[in-house]
Amino acid sequence: MSDWVYSNAVPWWPYVFILLGGWLPTDMWRYLGVVSANRIDETSEAASLARTIATSLVAAVIAQLVFFPSGALAEIPTAIRVISLAAGFAAFQLSRRRILLGILAAELVIGGWALLVALA
Amino acid sequence: MTLSEPPERTTAGWILLGMKGIFSPPALILTTAFFGFAGLCREAGISWEEAAFMTAVVWALPAKIILVGAITAGTSLPAAAFAVGLSSLRMTPMVVALMPEMRGPKTRTSTLLFLSHFVAITAWVFAMERFDQVPRDKRTAFFGGFAATLTTVNTILVAIVFNLMGQLPALATGALAFLTPVYFFTSLYGSARDVSGKLALFCGMAALPAAHWLSPGYELLVAGIGGGLVAYFGGKLIDGRRERG
Repeated sequence: MSDWVYSNAVPWWPYVFILLGGWLPTDMWRYLGVVSANRIDETSEAASLARTIATSLVAAVIAQLVFFPSGALAEIPTAIRVISLAAGFAAFQLSRRRILLGILAAELVIGGWALLVALA
Repeated sequence: MTLSEPPERTTAGWILLGMKGIFSPPALILTTAFFGFAGLCREAGISWEEAAFMTAVVWALPAKIILVGAITAGTSLPAAAFAVGLSSLRMTPMVVALMPEMRGPKTRTSTLLFLSHFVAITAWVFAMERFDQVPRDKRTAFFGGFAATLTTVNTILVAIVFNLMGQLPALATGALAFLTPVYFFTSLYGSARDVSGKLALFCGMAALPAAHWLSPGYELLVAGIGGGLVAYFGGKLIDGRRERG
């Protein structure tokens, strides 16, 4: 806890980490929205820039899971993870944007790979 | 749907109708994503209690996967909070857009503050689509019935799925955890309002490997802000060309 990173060495620290790192920086924006509902223009350039950075942040996490995963995800080869995401996106686009079909296609790639490994 | 008179319902009736909304397609898709989130938490090495606690107090799924990502990357608390804060900034314009629709003449601010905790993409879209069929003085009841139930059900599901996964082979856990990136990539692409939003998905992903080598521990922040800025100005450039051409 010396570097203020997550660790479960102290039982209450993970919950403080979640509250200060997750709850506070999320709910404060929701509350701000309630109290300033008449003063903020959600179509402004600033709001548009905020949306773009928020999307890019999530994209960075997606990339972390695809390129540098840990645990069980790391047991799936990088090439399969990349193909799985690409297949999911292609199925999503071809099915006129049905998320469930995208997820299904991506999981089929992983399932197919697992089957090949089991048979080999 | 015909534009008939809204049926007469009591407040409890509207709460119940809102609760039934958890079986609507967007809510079911979100629930699928929470199966993946439970897998992700298990991968990150946090406990099931922490995963469920996080679901209840943060609720917004992008904020949570950034928080889990920060935990995995060993990011310090201030940097993690900053990254989550940047991602959750979009809550303000969402709530701002929702308030005039939800507020009735007698609605208390404390009620709205409480209900705002349950605002995230799914509940927001659900409410904005259906509010015109709900009488104004019943909208908080309808929204609360839906959104609070959605949060509660998914919190319980995260706890159950996390524990059931102990019985699964590692590969199945990995496949389940991979639901998260696919869900977010497709849903963010589908809901992007402009070119910048779509570009941001590719720029943020492309920037991560570089940021991973340049600034370990801060890679999410660096890639997120860097990729976001490139996407924002790139989007403006493309829009400008389209207008001229």
